[in-house]
Amino acid sequence: MEWSFLLVQALSGLASASSLFVIASGLTIVFGVTRIVNFAHGSFYMLGAYVAVTLVPWLLEFDRSPWLFFAGVLVSAVVVGLFGVLMEVTLLRRIYRVPELFQLLATFGVVLIVQDLVLLAWGPVDIPGPRAPGLRHGVYILDQRFPAYELFLIFVGPAVLALLWLLMHRTRFGVLIRAATQDREMVGALGVNQAMLFTGTLFLGAALAGLGGALQIPRVSANPQMDLSVITEAFVVTVIGGMGSVPGAFLAALLIGQLQAFGVLVFPKITLVLVFLLMAAVLVVKPWGLLGRPEAAAGRAVLPEGILDPRPLDLAGKLLAAVALLGVLALPLLDAYAVKVGTEVLVLALAAFSLNFLVGNGGIVSFGHAAYFGLGAYGAGLLVTRAGLPMEPALVAAPIVGGASAALFGFFVVRLSGIYLAMLTLAFAQIAYAVVFQWVEVTGGDNGLVGVWPSAWAASREAYHYLTAAVTVAAIVFLRRVIHAPFGATLRAARDSAQRADAIGVDVRMHRWLGFTLAGAAAGLAGGLYAFSKGSIDPTLLGIPLSVDFLSMILLGGIQSVLGSIAGAAAFHAVKDFFMPLTDHWRLFLGLSIIAMVLIFPRGLAGAWASLRGRAA
Amino acid sequence: MADPVLQVAGLRAGYGPAEVLFGVELHLARGEVAALMGRNGAGKSTTLKAIMGLLPPRGGSVRFAGQEIAGQAPYRIARLGLGYVPEDRRIFTDLTVTENLEVGRRAAPPGRAPWTPERLFEFFPNLAEMRHRRAGAMSGGEQQMLTIARSLMGNPEAVLLDEPSEGLAPVIVEQMAEAVLRMKAEGIAVLVSEQNLDFAGAVADRALILEKGSVRWQGSIATLEADEDVRRAHLTV
Repeated sequence: MEWSFLLVQALSGLASASSLFVIASGLTIVFGVTRIVNFAHGSFYMLGAYVAVTLVPWLLEFDRSPWLFFAGVLVSAVVVGLFGVLMEVTLLRRIYRVPELFQLLATFGVVLIVQDLVLLAWGPVDIPGPRAPGLRHGVYILDQRFPAYELFLIFVGPAVLALLWLLMHRTRFGVLIRAATQDREMVGALGVNQAMLFTGTLFLGAALAGLGGALQIPRVSANPQMDLSVITEAFVVTVIGGMGSVPGAFLAALLIGQLQAFGVLVFPKITLVLVFLLMAAVLVVKPWGLLGRPEAAAGRAVLPEGILDPRPLDLAGKLLAAVALLGVLALPLLDAYAVKVGTEVLVLALAAFSLNFLVGNGGIVSFGHAAYFGLGAYGAGLLVTRAGLPMEPALVAAPIVGGASAALFGFFVVRLSGIYLAMLTLAFAQIAYAVVFQWVEVTGGDNGLVGVWPSAWAASREAYHYLTAAVTVAAIVFLRRVIHAPFGATLRAARDSAQRADAIGVDVRMHRWLGFTLAGAAAGLAGGLYAFSKGSIDPTLLGIPLSVDFLSMILLGGIQSVLGSIAGAAAFHAVKDFFMPLTDHWRLFLGLSIIAMVLIFPRGLAGAWASLRGRAA
Repeated sequence: MADPVLQVAGLRAGYGPAEVLFGVELHLARGEVAALMGRNGAGKSTTLKAIMGLLPPRGGSVRFAGQEIAGQAPYRIARLGLGYVPEDRRIFTDLTVTENLEVGRRAAPPGRAPWTPERLFEFFPNLAEMRHRRAGAMSGGEQQMLTIARSLMGNPEAVLLDEPSEGLAPVIVEQMAEAVLRMKAEGIAVLVSEQNLDFAGAVADRALILEKGSVRWQGSIATLEADEDVRRAHLTV
């Protein structure tokens, strides 16, 4: 390999590090002050690109000068900053004190809303941006041609870092931000109005995301998928750098930029995996990231109220369970559509139940539970389509694949807690997604695989429904039994105080690891059943949106309820199945519903049921 | 007695299912130093947090400078002129001494000379020498000085001081006592929670003894120092 080639490779790594840093710095500042991990940060980035591809060409009509180009970019950043203000005032302000799981979900609701609004405003077609006047040429470095705009980007990152440093150290606003990053309650007790500080922070954070997006327009067309692809990378940068640390984000962006630039030469297919492996390695050695520090106990978000005291079903509960079971068995008396929806609900109920086994019972907020669902589906599907095995062994393999991958990822996950844990589960889910997506020869890539059909005896819709019912009900009864057993109680003890549980001799890590593995196995089983019910598998089975669906189900069902997640899955899926075909804007609808749920319904359906009964009694 | 600067009546507060304060009654006169005493767990820190709004009161009334402040946000209470120095100091360790003071800065009420870093550095000469040092790199006593200085930057009329002598070397405790007396000389009322009778005796005019979440005894500090029965009943372990 040529010298000059390596140099150019390093330079392009620096350019992408710069872009990544600009975005991630905003995310980390917002997290530092508000303690909210803002999924919508990727939406701000996307909005920055869309505003810029609209505004900049219009400005360049007047005069094709570099100044107008950059003025357009900066104005786009400011416009996006104002969107950030809007989000803070209308939503974030109401959820600073709610558990972090709900915050993540609410900001994901904003992601869905923005996706639909962007489609409405700009349409589904990618919009290419103008190239920057004065920076359209290439520069020769040794004998390699390197785009001038990329060279310019290399300097943007350090410039933004320097400006942020000045802001943070030379202005009162910046000093307050740094103080609030450490202890926002104390800042309030000294007379600082946090609302103003938070609004200002969101403006800054969103504007940085918007700047990042606007600067991309000469390189990539504005497209409606930009938000989720960038948010995972930005998460990884902030987690590796240490959440809340701007210099840490810079360092992490540099590392990732170089890793990607050179990783692509060695392992062209698995650059994404490399990035996530780096993250896992850093978190194992430094659980708070490179330059982060342990969260102060003060002002820390609390876990949602989980399952407290599981009791045997009372008479009303038994009746309800019996009616539900009868309903499941009687579904084939109705039409085929009801059977299809019923089968799906059963599968999703098992997946949701296994997630709440982690979240409600174990306090382990997994943001990537779909990974184990999807890996179970792929495990079963690949055995059938590639190895030619029949359904039965494939269905046995599904929980093994789900459990084994949960054991592998869980080994790292259970070392962390709180928001870092959630981020790591998300990262692992994205690794799994990336592998499935990129390994086209085996998995079929984006298209997935078809021909995952059940054995002949279970081929009819009704027979498969009964098979699914038998398997899922048995698995749910088993998991419920585990929740009631001493193992479940130990997990609850570790959830409520890991330290105290440790002190009385509980091996907290081991219990959590086993719990994580068990939940992964159950999700894998659900995934396997799902694959045969559809006849096909594709990467969306591992995607963030499905993980969020699962979380919405348990939230809807009530995290503190043992059986509520089943009702949550049924309600969520029935509503989604009913509304999705009726409207083109189901994302908008779903996003608004998630936000409404977080704001008005934080204890879920089971909570509403309990308080209704409490009132009646 | 003239209109008190702080008047607390029937204050109730707690954490989750645990009730800690059961109707605390107390007042603080302008320019007075009062010691809030009591055993561990009696509710001293909780009382101060509930007054400051850091722990929302569950009942009762807190009047400060003529306004009802129970249930208000801490920043509003601070802006009315009530300073707060927490037990665990909670200085901003990543910030320099000067920056810590900047976070506490608020405009002074009209007609009063505002506290400035320069004036505070005269007040606490130790801090002057390390104004650009990261607060996390200071000793515990220096950090305690900084929290007091930081609260003074808000130009308070009264300050809630939570266990200032805890865990400090005797020579530092003496400096703390001096600081409280100088605050008093500046006309600032101080409600100091304290377990150390020597410290309370050195700074306070009056003592209030909390036990099981309500005030069980109050009187002059001299009486408390003289009366061993009261001390045995409420303070000694």
